[in-house]
Amino acid sequence: MTRRDSMLAKIADLDAEHAKAVAGGGEKYVERHHARGKLMPRERIELLIDPGSAFLELSPLAGWGSDFTVGASVVTGIGVIEGVECMITANDPSVKGGASNPWTVKKIFRASQIAEENRLPTVALVESGGADLPTQKEIFIPGGRLFRDITRSSAAKVPTIALVFGNSTAGGAYVPGMSDYTVMVKDQAKVFLGGPPLVKMATGEESDDESLGGAEMHARTSGLADYLAVDEHDALRIGRRIVARLNRQQPGSCDVSAGSGDASATSRRFAEPEVDPDDLLDLIPTDLKEPFDPRQVIAHLADGVSADNGVVFDEFKPLYGGSLVTGWARIHGHQVGILANAQGVLFSEEAQKATQFIQLANQIDVPLLFLHNTTGYMVGKEYEQGGIIKHGAMMINAVSNSTVPHISIIMGASYGAGNYGMNGRAYDPRFLFTWPSAKSAVMGPAQLAGVLSIVARAASEAKGRVYDEAADAGMREFIEASVEEQSLPHFLSGMLYDDGVIDPRDTRTILGICLSVITANQPVKGTDRFGVFRM
Amino acid sequence: MSGLTIQRLLVANRGEIARRVFATCRRLGIETVAVHSDPDAGLPFVREADFAVLLPGSTPGETYLRGDLVIDAARRAGADAIHPGYGFLSENAAFARDVRAAGLIWIGPDPESIESMGSKIEAKLLMAAAGVPVLANLTATEVTEADLPLLVKASAGGGGRGMRIVRTLESVADEVAKAEAEAASAFGDGTVFLEPFVEHGRHVEVQVWGDHEANIAVLGERDCSLQRRHQKVIEEAPAPGLPQSVVAALHEAARSAAEAIRYVGAGTVEFLYDPARESFWFLEMNTRLQVEHPVTEAVTGVDLVELQLLAADPGSGGWTMMLRTDRPDGHAIEARLYAEDPGADYQPQSGLLETFDIPGVSVEFGALVGPGLRLDSGFESGNEVGTHYDAMIAKLISWAPTRELAARRLAGALSRARLHGLTTNRDLLVASLRHDAFLSGEVSTDFFTLHPEVLGSAVSDPVPAAFAAAVMLAEQDRLVRRVQHAAPVAWRNVVSQPQRTVFEHDESEIAVEWYGGRTGYSHATRADIAVVEASAGSVVLEVDGVRTRFDGVRSSADHGAARELFVDGGLHSLRLRERPRFVDPADVVAQGSLLAPMPGTVIGVPLEVGAAVTAGQPVLVLEAMKMQHTITAPTDGVLTEVAVVVGQQVSAGEVLAVVSIESDDQEESAAEGDVR
Repeated sequence: MTRRDSMLAKIADLDAEHAKAVAGGGEKYVERHHARGKLMPRERIELLIDPGSAFLELSPLAGWGSDFTVGASVVTGIGVIEGVECMITANDPSVKGGASNPWTVKKIFRASQIAEENRLPTVALVESGGADLPTQKEIFIPGGRLFRDITRSSAAKVPTIALVFGNSTAGGAYVPGMSDYTVMVKDQAKVFLGGPPLVKMATGEESDDESLGGAEMHARTSGLADYLAVDEHDALRIGRRIVARLNRQQPGSCDVSAGSGDASATSRRFAEPEVDPDDLLDLIPTDLKEPFDPRQVIAHLADGVSADNGVVFDEFKPLYGGSLVTGWARIHGHQVGILANAQGVLFSEEAQKATQFIQLANQIDVPLLFLHNTTGYMVGKEYEQGGIIKHGAMMINAVSNSTVPHISIIMGASYGAGNYGMNGRAYDPRFLFTWPSAKSAVMGPAQLAGVLSIVARAASEAKGRVYDEAADAGMREFIEASVEEQSLPHFLSGMLYDDGVIDPRDTRTILGICLSVITANQPVKGTDRFGVFRM
Repeated sequence: MSGLTIQRLLVANRGEIARRVFATCRRLGIETVAVHSDPDAGLPFVREADFAVLLPGSTPGETYLRGDLVIDAARRAGADAIHPGYGFLSENAAFARDVRAAGLIWIGPDPESIESMGSKIEAKLLMAAAGVPVLANLTATEVTEADLPLLVKASAGGGGRGMRIVRTLESVADEVAKAEAEAASAFGDGTVFLEPFVEHGRHVEVQVWGDHEANIAVLGERDCSLQRRHQKVIEEAPAPGLPQSVVAALHEAARSAAEAIRYVGAGTVEFLYDPARESFWFLEMNTRLQVEHPVTEAVTGVDLVELQLLAADPGSGGWTMMLRTDRPDGHAIEARLYAEDPGADYQPQSGLLETFDIPGVSVEFGALVGPGLRLDSGFESGNEVGTHYDAMIAKLISWAPTRELAARRLAGALSRARLHGLTTNRDLLVASLRHDAFLSGEVSTDFFTLHPEVLGSAVSDPVPAAFAAAVMLAEQDRLVRRVQHAAPVAWRNVVSQPQRTVFEHDESEIAVEWYGGRTGYSHATRADIAVVEASAGSVVLEVDGVRTRFDGVRSSADHGAARELFVDGGLHSLRLRERPRFVDPADVVAQGSLLAPMPGTVIGVPLEVGAAVTAGQPVLVLEAMKMQHTITAPTDGVLTEVAVVVGQQVSAGEVLAVVSIESDDQEESAAEGDVR
């Protein structure tokens, strides 16, 4: 199997998993929803965002491998509305009425975090039956943050908008309640703290849905709804008009009158890479033990040579610490510093080189891109004595305290402390995406099984017992298989340990969108202080 | 041949015929004067004239029909001659006399000739006396079943107005009354007469020319059978498929007709020809230049306007006839391009002619040298086609050694023409020119009734053009992005559905579903279509391996949200209006609203608000393009609103009145209006 075939097979798997998320609650529920004249969450989003603009869906595999539907009954992503990049969240009412399960909550928290870090206005397309009651213990207490995040966003002058398409009751009522702007769809939105049965039980009052929480009532009587939409399309139209009036539109960067041809001002500003993005598929080895040259990946991701981009990639310290490639490039016109593993292992030189490079990026206020393919920091007597811990710690110190935005792409291996040093999930990169070829764990599955075997054999021998080789083989096989499975992208993405598994050929586009989002609403500002560097 | 004395000539007309006369004047070194109405101020004929005089106002009655103002304009501009063109004052004997009385040269026959041919009833008597075959004259009260079918005609008419076919005795009185009313409004003379109606007849006419020495030259015949609403659409010379004996007899009859009134100048004797019986009858003589004169010019090599000037100019009195009249050279076909909608009973169209571009034109207003195309157009790109005058935009004339070649060339040029902004009869012309019946010479005045398929010549596969248009709009969106400039159009990391662009085309809707993304544009359902090149203004598609280029131009009339694109390509031209994703409920027109179908003037509001109406009952009368248009109730109901008053000018799409289904359900219907 060629590298290309292998990668294409993985991409086909990925597409199949994405299709599950798109299918939502399944044909029957989607049909029922459509029959009511209602739109599916992605249909709502397609109408909400600007025609022809991109939509970067986040965490589409949330809940993968769990008992819940892939995608966790909510769609989140970054879209452009009236020229403004927004965080959009949309409940999927075809999945158990849009009820939130623990993965839903985690996914929305992640979307809120991205919105907060990048100062993105949020538009919530609300239609949720509330919490998935059997899992309420995992939702109720942490879930309160949801409402806290909305108002904190508002306090930070980042607008929040709720378009209510259906149920938004009990706790869910606070989503429109906390938002800056609220639109409710006539005859569909239902927003109350307690429904008629609960009211009857609590106070004996007879009531109905409309008088307790109908859109007309909220628009005309309670004032909770700022706008009454006649239907779903109208709600989306109003939502777009609200965003258009947030005073956040970037000035038109190119004054190209329509119809004047293809040569837009922007396409003159930077050039597409000279290499065919499709060739990326030939680059990534099927077996991650086989190293590959990240410079070739960079050639696919970075802007090509143009009038004001004389060189595609200016490598920094090319003769030192050759297992890590560092240097400067531009992506969609944004300068980035890139750290990319070349030979898997990080030695002291690489750690020190990375530390210096991260400091340099902070000095000049340039975002950093980490391209992972690392098996971790070198072990062994020579390296321990050479201070590999000290140097690894310096790199982790630099990564942790750097304040320029970071983006991580896990291309291949991301093992051990290498994952930390290369800005893994715990180090809060603004965005982290994974290629289908990636694997991430404390160490490789075979190594982990082998380590466990050695440890067990030692324990057995210490107790004077004969080591059961057959059981050991079985144990190793089982461990290896389960670690293998748990280090695969779908599994990790399902756990929300990344922002999505992506087709490698889309990486440049995704980085371009991320860099646009990162730089749109606030300046890039590097730190002038790090933790104590142990020299 | 002695020289012309005319120094400066005024054309008492507009549009293409004014430009046509000016062209000959320029060639002969004669200075030119245009007169023009207010709305015509921006047209090419005004710009091209050496001098121009405004006739204030818009309607013909205020402007081009005001002989006194025209003569005054000639005096002020120093003109010494007036050419009336066709229509307007061209067959007005009193005007001809006034021109002469003012000491100016009248480019036309003697007023007496105009008068003798002006009344069709009188003319028929005169011709019968001269031995020219004529159809029997009938009177409304005397007709019997045996006389049917009949044709009612206005005595003073022309251009088909006031003309009606009667097939039942009961309707005679009614049709006569309608014809009288139409004639009275169009010509100021309500006199009508009746003739036997010849089924499948052909309109064949003979061009004649007479000089001061009583020489009559016959410049061959033309066939003008392809007509709609009694107006000529396609004309040709010579008339196809006539037996030689018939041609000779026609020419002789025309000569007799002209001689009978000692005709001087260019004139046309029109005949009705019955191919079944190989016989013909005199219809009328037009004492002026005909619209279709270029086809005669193309096959004879003469300049008919020059001949008119020669005949009229006293300085050319000694001129001797040297016209070759024996046989025509090759074949010429003229197509009249109208701003009208053949699909809507040829309703005239008005508005901005955004693009007018006909490829391969060899000459404008002049003689064709060898095979080629001649264009006589009154308009250019960017001109407004108004409601006050004839809706003809241009004439395109093709000459070739054979009729078939001429037809093919003409059809090809018309199909490739870029005509943006107005609905035209272009497709009808192309379909007719390519129709087997036309190509085999089976022409008749009921051609369009016999071959209705030429009206429905819709684009066979509009999908490629609509897809190309969707791609162009997407490219336009891409160019005006404020952020993420380099992201591929409609890029998705999780693809859930195609993009959807919906267009309105004519009355129908074309939805295009497509994908964007890293690998570029693709059509959602048509795997045989691939995008080769894409930009905001043009798209190259490969359809089943065949490359076609589509060019798109944004209409200047669009307003952003509902973009309108003129798309040319694949030998078709489509006007596609993007359906906006969202409609503000506040902008939705109430159900039962009656909208103005075209710009015009309200001339009658017979009903009062609150009146009960039945479906089809007239609610309003609009006058536009010299025609009355009755706006009828769409359903039974009550007239709940009349938004206009008599005399009010309205634009197309304006709400004129509202008919509600039930009077006591007004609230409900208003509420329905909220829903899209």
